[in-house]
Amino acid sequence: MKGYLSLFRIRVQSGLQYRIAAAAGIATQFAWGALRILFFKALYETNPAALPMELPALCSYIWMQQAFLAMFASWTVDKDLLDMISSGSVAYQLCRPMDLYTNWFIQSFSNRLSRMLLRCLPILLVAAFLPYPYGLLLPKSPLSFLLFLISAPLGGVTVVSLTMIVYGITFFTLDSRGFRTVIFTAADFLTGSLLPLPFFPEKIRPLVQLLPFASIQDAPLRIYTGDIAGMAALQTLALQLFWAIVMVLGGRLLMARALRNVVVQGG
Amino acid sequence: MIQVQHLTKTFRVARRSGGMKAAAKALFRREYDTITALNDLSFSIDDGEMVGYIGPNGAGKSSTIKVLSGILTPDSGSCLIDGRTPWKDRVAHVREIGVVFGQRSQLWWDVPVADSFELIRDIYKIPDSLYRKNVSELAELLNLKDIIRTPARQLSLGQRMRCEIAASLLHSPKILFLDEPTIGLDAVSKIAVRDFIRTLNREQKTTIILTTHDMQDIEALTERIILIGKGKVLLDGPLNDLKAAGNDHRSLTVAFKGSFPETLPEGVTCSERLSERAVLTVDTAVIPVSEVIASLSREISIDDLSVSGVGIEELVVDLYRQYRI
Repeated sequence: MKGYLSLFRIRVQSGLQYRIAAAAGIATQFAWGALRILFFKALYETNPAALPMELPALCSYIWMQQAFLAMFASWTVDKDLLDMISSGSVAYQLCRPMDLYTNWFIQSFSNRLSRMLLRCLPILLVAAFLPYPYGLLLPKSPLSFLLFLISAPLGGVTVVSLTMIVYGITFFTLDSRGFRTVIFTAADFLTGSLLPLPFFPEKIRPLVQLLPFASIQDAPLRIYTGDIAGMAALQTLALQLFWAIVMVLGGRLLMARALRNVVVQGG
Repeated sequence: MIQVQHLTKTFRVARRSGGMKAAAKALFRREYDTITALNDLSFSIDDGEMVGYIGPNGAGKSSTIKVLSGILTPDSGSCLIDGRTPWKDRVAHVREIGVVFGQRSQLWWDVPVADSFELIRDIYKIPDSLYRKNVSELAELLNLKDIIRTPARQLSLGQRMRCEIAASLLHSPKILFLDEPTIGLDAVSKIAVRDFIRTLNREQKTTIILTTHDMQDIEALTERIILIGKGKVLLDGPLNDLKAAGNDHRSLTVAFKGSFPETLPEGVTCSERLSERAVLTVDTAVIPVSEVIASLSREISIDDLSVSGVGIEELVVDLYRQYRI
C-alpha cells in the first residue's frame, strides 16, 4: 500500500512542476468555456422552449466541465506507458512486486488528479463571479453536492479504466494511434464533451445514457446542476458503479491475457 | 537454488518477402513462422554461484532471463527458484531477485536518482535501517556520492549503469540477473562494474547470472559458463575446462607473399585471412606447430610469424562454429 502511495506522491509532485503548462491550460479552458457559452446563448435566444436544459444550469455544466477537464478528458493517455509497451521497457515494471494493473491505474489516476488540482481552482473561482446567467452556480442543493462528491470519483475511475483498456490493447497492436483515435473520437461524442447528453435526439438519448461513456462526466455534472436529482440520481449512481466495476474487471482480464501472451519487445 | 527443466518457449512471427506483391498478398493471408526461443532447456544453479550465460545473438539468453524473472510464461517445462515458479508466483518471486537489463532503464527519467531509490524502497517495503545501510554501502562501492542528486537524464551511460545496478540491489535480493551490464561502457566503468559484481558475490553470497557478449566479463567474473545456442544448452561447465580444451590450440599469425594454399593440413583452421596476412588456429593434438610452419613455408614465402595461445574470444568463436550456431 505504501508503495502505491509513493507512486501517487511522486506523480502528483512531478505534475505540480509544470506550472506554465497549467497556466496555459487554464487560459485555454476559459476561452473554450466562453465560446461554448456564446454558442448556446445564440441557441437560447432563438428558441428557449425547445432546449432541454436551462441556460444557467447549462453554464454551470460547462464551467464545471472546463474546471475538471484534466480529470475527465477521455483522450489523455500516458505516453510513457505506451512507449514502455512498444519499446519493451515494461520488462522492468514486471520485475516489481506489484500488480501491473493497479500500478498503472494509480499512476494514470494520479496524473489526472495532479493536473486537475493545479487547474480547477482558478477556473471555479473566476467562473463563480461571472454575472448571472453566465457564471457557475452553487450546487442545486446540499444533497446534490453530496451525490456529486460520490459521482465524480466514480467518473474518474471509469475514465481511467477506459485508458487502461487502451494500454491493454496496445500490448497486442504495439501501436496505439489507430484504435486510440477511434475510441477517443467516439468517447468525445458519447461522454457529452462536445454536446451535453440532454441535447441528444430523443431516439438515441436513452441508449447513450446507458453507456459507460455517460458515467464519465455527464453523470456527475448533471447531478451537480440538479438536472438529475432524487431517484434518478440514485439510479445514475448505481449505473456508474456498475460500469466502474465492469470496466475495471474487463481491463484487468485484458491485461492478464496480454501479459500471458506477452512478447517483451527487443532482445 | 535454481532448477530449470525442459523449458520450451516458441514465438510466432509474421513473415513476408519484400516487395509490393508480397505486401498485397499479406493483406489477405498472413504467413507466420514459429521461432523456437527455448528448446528443452535444462540446468541448475546453486546458491552463491556466479554463472556466465553466453551464446550468440538470438540464442535465447534474454528469453531465459525473462522466464527466470517471471516476465515470460514458457510453453512447457518447469522452473523452480527457491521453491517458487516465477511466472505463477510472480510478486513473491520478484521480491527476492534483482534484474539489470543493460539496454533499458529502471530509473525515473526526470527526477534525481535519490528519488528513484526512495520510490523503489517504498515499492519493495524495505525497512528504513536496511535501506540506509544499503544505500550508503552501494554509494561507497559504486562511487555514486556525486551523482545521486542528479536527474537520471543527465547521467552519462557509465554513471547511469552504476545507478541501475545499485537500484536493483536496494532490496538485498538473493539472486541477481545481469543482462549485458557492461554494454557500451568505457574501460574504466567496465572494470568498476566488474569489481563490484565480484565483491557482491564474494561478500553477500548473491547468486549472479550474467549474460554478456563481452568475453572479458566472463573471464574476469565467472567460474562456470553455460553456453546456449538455438535455445539449447550446448555446454555447461567450469571456465577452466573450456580453457584447458583451448590449451591444445595455438594461434598462428603469418605475414606472407604469394598465393595462400587453398587446402590446409588437418587440424588447422583459418580464422582470418587478408591478402598478405592470415591467422590460423592449430589443434596441436592433431598436428604440431612446427609441421604447420614447415608445410606453409613450402607453399608461400613467410615474412613474419607469431605463435600465441588462443584467447577466450577465439575459443568461444570456435565453440559457436563447432556447434554450428
